[in-house]
Amino acid sequence: MIRALLLSAVALIAAPAAAQDIAITNAKLVIGDGSAPIDGGTVVVRGGKVVAAGAGVSVPAGVERVDAGGRWVTPGIVAAFSRVGLVEVDAVGGTNDRNAPRTRFSAGLDIAPALNPMGSPVAVNRASGVTRAIVAPGGSSNLFAGQGAVVDLADDMDMVTKPRALQFVAFGEAGAAKAGGSRAATFLLFREQLLAARSYARNPATLAEWGNDAMIQRADADALVQVINGTTPLFVRVDRAADIVNVLKLRQEFPALKLVLVGVTDGWLVAREIAAAKVPVLVSPLSDLPDSFERLAATQSNAGRLKAAGVDVSVGVFDDDDAHKMGYTTQYAGNLVGLARVPGASGMTWDQAFASISSAPARAVGMEASIGSLRPGRVGDVVMWDNDPLELGSRPTAIWIDGKAQSLTTRQDRLRDRYATPGEGALPKAYDR
Amino acid sequence: MIHGVKGSLLAAVSLALVGCAATGGEAKSASDKPATAEKPAKFNKDPYPSTYRPYGGRPTAVRGVTIFDGEGGRIDNGVVLFAGGKVEAVGGADMAIPADYDVIDGTGKFVTPGVIDIHSHLGDYPSPSVDAHSDGNEATSPTTPEVWSEHSVWPQDPGFSRALANGGVTSLQILPGSANLMGGRSITLKNVPSRTVQGMKFPDAPYGLKMACGENPKRVYGGKGRAPSTRMGNFAVNRATWQKAAAYKKKMDDGKAVDRDLAMETLAGVLAGEILIHNHCYRADEMALVIDMSKEFGYKVSTFHHAVESYKIADILAKEGICSAMWADWWGFKMEAYDAINENIPLVYNAGACTIVHSDDANQIQRLNQEAAKARAAGRRMGIEVSDEVAWTWLSYNPAKALGIGDKTGSLKPGKMADVVLWNGNPFSAYTRPEKVWVDGALMYDAMDPKRRPVSDFELGQPGEGDVK
Repeated sequence: MIRALLLSAVALIAAPAAAQDIAITNAKLVIGDGSAPIDGGTVVVRGGKVVAAGAGVSVPAGVERVDAGGRWVTPGIVAAFSRVGLVEVDAVGGTNDRNAPRTRFSAGLDIAPALNPMGSPVAVNRASGVTRAIVAPGGSSNLFAGQGAVVDLADDMDMVTKPRALQFVAFGEAGAAKAGGSRAATFLLFREQLLAARSYARNPATLAEWGNDAMIQRADADALVQVINGTTPLFVRVDRAADIVNVLKLRQEFPALKLVLVGVTDGWLVAREIAAAKVPVLVSPLSDLPDSFERLAATQSNAGRLKAAGVDVSVGVFDDDDAHKMGYTTQYAGNLVGLARVPGASGMTWDQAFASISSAPARAVGMEASIGSLRPGRVGDVVMWDNDPLELGSRPTAIWIDGKAQSLTTRQDRLRDRYATPGEGALPKAYDR
Repeated sequence: MIHGVKGSLLAAVSLALVGCAATGGEAKSASDKPATAEKPAKFNKDPYPSTYRPYGGRPTAVRGVTIFDGEGGRIDNGVVLFAGGKVEAVGGADMAIPADYDVIDGTGKFVTPGVIDIHSHLGDYPSPSVDAHSDGNEATSPTTPEVWSEHSVWPQDPGFSRALANGGVTSLQILPGSANLMGGRSITLKNVPSRTVQGMKFPDAPYGLKMACGENPKRVYGGKGRAPSTRMGNFAVNRATWQKAAAYKKKMDDGKAVDRDLAMETLAGVLAGEILIHNHCYRADEMALVIDMSKEFGYKVSTFHHAVESYKIADILAKEGICSAMWADWWGFKMEAYDAINENIPLVYNAGACTIVHSDDANQIQRLNQEAAKARAAGRRMGIEVSDEVAWTWLSYNPAKALGIGDKTGSLKPGKMADVVLWNGNPFSAYTRPEKVWVDGALMYDAMDPKRRPVSDFELGQPGEGDVK
């Protein structure tokens, strides 16, 4: 009985549809920009883009209508900081392209060709409502980890929305380990590499003159030039309050740096400084353990306090499993709503919490005009949910990416269906599919 | 401040009491006698006795609440009474409340037994997770049944207080890690702050032995160029060790003198049914082999931990009476976790096998209620309906039974320990947090009172001391 139901459900949604013009009506519609949900809302997607969303939106003739029946409809979740597509199985080296500890390149690394849209984590994360992700490399042998990308999680071979969308570097304890053992070494190495890149930009011959003494390769210099001039946002992992303040000061020498802070566990201690610097932050909001000396003041109220101080806060899932468990994004955002009810704690309103996992990360990576909300002109990434998307156990019942209906079926679903009833039948389970 | 003084007085009294209790019987310290050729019956089985005593509390009535009793029962608009550290009664709105009881109006709120995490490394791998604190794996030999995790527990781990305040965790088992096939003894603790691990030890809880299948032992020892380096090597080393233990135990049972051997003492305790097996094992086929190994040597597996493939053999696990301790949705981090599915927990439940939600994680121990909620929802989507009150059995009574403390805690039955959580809403919602947590009837956390927020020595004088966490 259970199995029959499952199989029929799978059959209905298994085949990804082609691009379509679609209007989802009668929705509890979330725009994703921090505004309140709209009952009876409609979103219209044409040519892969949102053309209208809100109450009283009329559906153009010839556009397919889907009645949401009052259910929640939202923009797709944007994973703020992840390794989706870079990893199949973490502990199986050949499937794990997160780190490149033995390369002689660093900032020049570009993750785009390492992404695998056919990997099962893409489908699993998609089925949890994540349609876009900011993907950063983990690390190289040098200070800079390389260039990340903004990706979509659609069921097709073209995963890259924007290549080289960010450069990633870790300061703090991790950065010190890369730079030679101290924070002083980190800051000096950072500065020297940027200065070398700047010299190279002015006179490409300098790199050849340095020969084997060059601390960066040509490809690294090319990438760092884009960081220096602010074309590529620089995502900086940093947690200790003093480190945060010092990272913000990097703009004194390199004023065009477009900084985005990642982690920021003790950030609430210097929330005013971060807000004044107008630097967005990506936080993993439930980190509340002093699990290192650079996170002594960890609290789940960090995100709420930063938000209250005027910082642009995005919520992500990292320091956890950043390749497989993007489905935790909505749970973590929901926890911030719950935290707002705890005396003395700081959380977010529902509307703020949802924006922190949709439009806020889009803004952090400079793509708020194209992804992260259902405002007109954004990509047609739309998710229909069986319940409040920030509540536990809620799941998408339909997903569109760039206006294309997506499969919600995963390899895990196939295993579930195979073992829905324990015990083997006339033939072994291997024949049951 | 007042609480601190009271606590230390109580601790001093309880030290004296427990000291008497432990030496009143036949047990003698091992140092009283030569270390060899001694009959095991005279070995002290409790040389590091619990000094835990409840911290005391007012007789309390919580009324107007939805109650999940931990054994699958539910009462709407109910009343919970506890006094003297014990649950006195659980009933409906009409239940009489004695005049001298503190009354808490919990209208719109929920009461459950405290969460019990059967798989934690708090204290053994504490925060901060610096190298100097890495005390969970004695990875110098594939079989170390002689080590006891309690000797690694750092009671000042701030993680204990997070599990209490955010997770409503009132008891937890601290296990050695999984580098070794036989990692050592586990310990069950009451989740109360203490200067000593003895001050946390759950009174009269049986010991466990941590075992590990699969990738970890063969990787750790294969990487050192020694056995085991394969899964068959895992079994060979295990079987040789069990064989030795069986011979040791037989010698003891026959009344013959044996040299004291701390490793064999633990394994003989397992074979005698006094020490419970907690077996890290991901894959279904390996669990099936472990079941046969347990029969070969005459022991019983209490629980398979991290059992991500239990759904494949849920019928076998039900028949064998073995619990599965599981995550809701962890997957893909290693090869043996590749076939993990979100419906594992409900499928195990649906097959009638013992179902437990565990953490193995200093963060996730703070929201095991949420993990259970996700698992339940995954089951519902495939047609397996599990009510709130039944799902709570995964979080308290089932782990209590698997730890051998089900007669003492894990459910709100009269006479049991008053390990109680008042939640500010339905605990299966992301929007809900513990409001008050009692351990043996003592109020150890109160969201409304910053003074009832434990601060470990490590946090004292540091940024964020005493903050909401």
